[in-house]
Amino acid sequence: MKISFARAALPVAITSVFGFVGLAGAQEITGAGASFPAPIYAKWASDYNKATGVKVNYQSIGSGGGIKQIDSKTVDFGASDAPLTDEVLAKKGQLQFPTVIGGVVPVVNIKGIAPGQLKLTGKLLGDIYLGSVARWNDPAIKALNPTLALPDSAIAQVRRADGSGTSFLFTNYLSKVNPEWKSKVGEGTAVNWPVGAGGKGNEGVAAFVSRLPNSIGYVEYSYVKQNKMTYAIMQNSAGAFVAPDDLTFKAAAAGADWSKSFYQILTNQPGNDSWPITGATFILMHTKQDKPANATETLKFFSWAYKNGDTTAAALDYVPMPKSVVAAIEKAWGDIKDTAGKPVAFK
Amino acid sequence: MSTTLVHGDPPSRSTSNTANRAMKSQPNPVKRPRTGPMADRIFGWVAKGAAVTALVLLIAILTSLTISAWPAISKYGLSFLLSTTWDPVKDEYGGLVMIYGTIATSFIALIIAVPVSFGIALFLTELSPSWLKRPLGTAIELLAAVPSIVYGMWGLLVFGPVLATYVQQPLQAAFDGVPYLGAFVSGPPVGIGLLSAGIILAIMIIPFIAAVMRDVFEVTPPLLKESAYGLGATTWEVVYKVVLPYTKTGVIGGIMLGLGRAIGETMAVTFVIGNFNQLDSLSLFQAANSITSALANEFAEASEGLHQASLMYLGLVLFFITFVILSCSKILLSQLKKGEGKKT
Repeated sequence: MKISFARAALPVAITSVFGFVGLAGAQEITGAGASFPAPIYAKWASDYNKATGVKVNYQSIGSGGGIKQIDSKTVDFGASDAPLTDEVLAKKGQLQFPTVIGGVVPVVNIKGIAPGQLKLTGKLLGDIYLGSVARWNDPAIKALNPTLALPDSAIAQVRRADGSGTSFLFTNYLSKVNPEWKSKVGEGTAVNWPVGAGGKGNEGVAAFVSRLPNSIGYVEYSYVKQNKMTYAIMQNSAGAFVAPDDLTFKAAAAGADWSKSFYQILTNQPGNDSWPITGATFILMHTKQDKPANATETLKFFSWAYKNGDTTAAALDYVPMPKSVVAAIEKAWGDIKDTAGKPVAFK
Repeated sequence: MSTTLVHGDPPSRSTSNTANRAMKSQPNPVKRPRTGPMADRIFGWVAKGAAVTALVLLIAILTSLTISAWPAISKYGLSFLLSTTWDPVKDEYGGLVMIYGTIATSFIALIIAVPVSFGIALFLTELSPSWLKRPLGTAIELLAAVPSIVYGMWGLLVFGPVLATYVQQPLQAAFDGVPYLGAFVSGPPVGIGLLSAGIILAIMIIPFIAAVMRDVFEVTPPLLKESAYGLGATTWEVVYKVVLPYTKTGVIGGIMLGLGRAIGETMAVTFVIGNFNQLDSLSLFQAANSITSALANEFAEASEGLHQASLMYLGLVLFFITFVILSCSKILLSQLKKGEGKKT
């Protein structure tokens, strides 16, 4: 889930310059992983650096890489778009917590159809990506959109070619709402797509859909906003049709029960206003810290970000975590301990 | 260039006697002790070290690839090469789709690039007015300097839609319902797939092949060409019967250089090939996948275990394909050399 290289790299570059010039010898923490939240982590890092002088170095290498790096303890924190289950975390001796929320949005390119006009259900979306609904004037699509003039032409399905958290959320949602999808394809960061062409990165999918008449694709919400793409509105589990925006993403996040576990995949959440393909992105840390000083700095950074980073997150089209969830996260941080078993301080 | 000069002129014997005598009358050069034998030895070691490093690196890469690919090799063996399933969810992998994609796109690229490069080189060396040679030659060399991602973006945003609108859709309309030919051009009308990847690759390797061909065509001794022209040969006959036989090693070397680049190209291919891991039609317009493209797309997020091992296995297969192609070109060259002696 890459937003844009320039947006991701620039703040990192600025931070590193500042770090080297002004604050040599200052505390430095490193993290690596998911590319979807990289722009906001970089922005937070540069703001945090200005505020405190601590340098946060985040490498956007993909969730898989982030998990590998935190496993081998080469970084202070890892980042993953897909949450790890509690059992896996317990086995690895790690803790995860969500940072920001984003949504995956189906986008189409059909002549004469404006953003927000086309209605889709999860079942139908799955059938389109299975290839069983292959034309735009299919009765199943017409039944949902009786007033729209849909062309008699083949649907060109576009999806991510690279392994990505966007694809994970999308396929996870389809598996929940379309039994045939679940049995034939399943969910994952990369799956065995039955039809369609693959674009590289969100930008690749966005380019395909914008250029290709009668195509459908799915991209990260910020891409829809920045490229003014024609998004479809989706039916959520409550039966209501909702448009993708920060309110519907927030509604989906609020519906989850974060108090027991942070393993929450926010797809197909209950609630009248919930956007069905929503997901949080996660940070991974070891519960037993060899370097408690670094852990303290890491937790301080995220604590600062929850407190002061909401507006920057919103400016970059991410949805900040609800305050109740932040409280639960800071409580869970008590499990991060140094080698002597003393909880790592972060306040 | 190792080509021996078959029709070469004999070393000239007509050197004037006076010159010969002058040479002989010169005193023998004073024998000087070799300066810095130590420096020579060190230089020798350094050079040898550089050569050995290349060999060691090659073996190390091969070994580490094999080790990381071992889980997949031991599980699938050679059936990996024939299976078309690539399913990260069910953890089942087979590489035929990517292997086919790599070979097919490179093949398409060569079919297009070799004649075009030949034409370019021929024009530059034989036909072009001399004021045009320089700018044209530089322009072709500049094409080689364009980064591959630029070709990829251009292929996706500009070339793909053009191919879809003006080639694919008319072809599909024309061949609709025709057996075999219809299937050959079927596929979603998106302008990405094997053919567009092959064409983009061709554009990328043309400058390489053309530059090498031009350089070797230029070293053909004018004497040979003039003689052929003098015997009444046409331009085509001169090129086909004199220039090409004289330069075949260089020409084949240039083609192999291009092929090597086409097989290993990643970024441009991944943009236009469609990254589709199914092999259900042999259509030129079907989205497909290549080894390099699969590696680039999936490696960052590949889960540990079989998925990663299978990607490594694919890398090993690519290594092997390159090796086979290089060996084939060597065999081809030695066959050509054998033929040389029989000519009357």
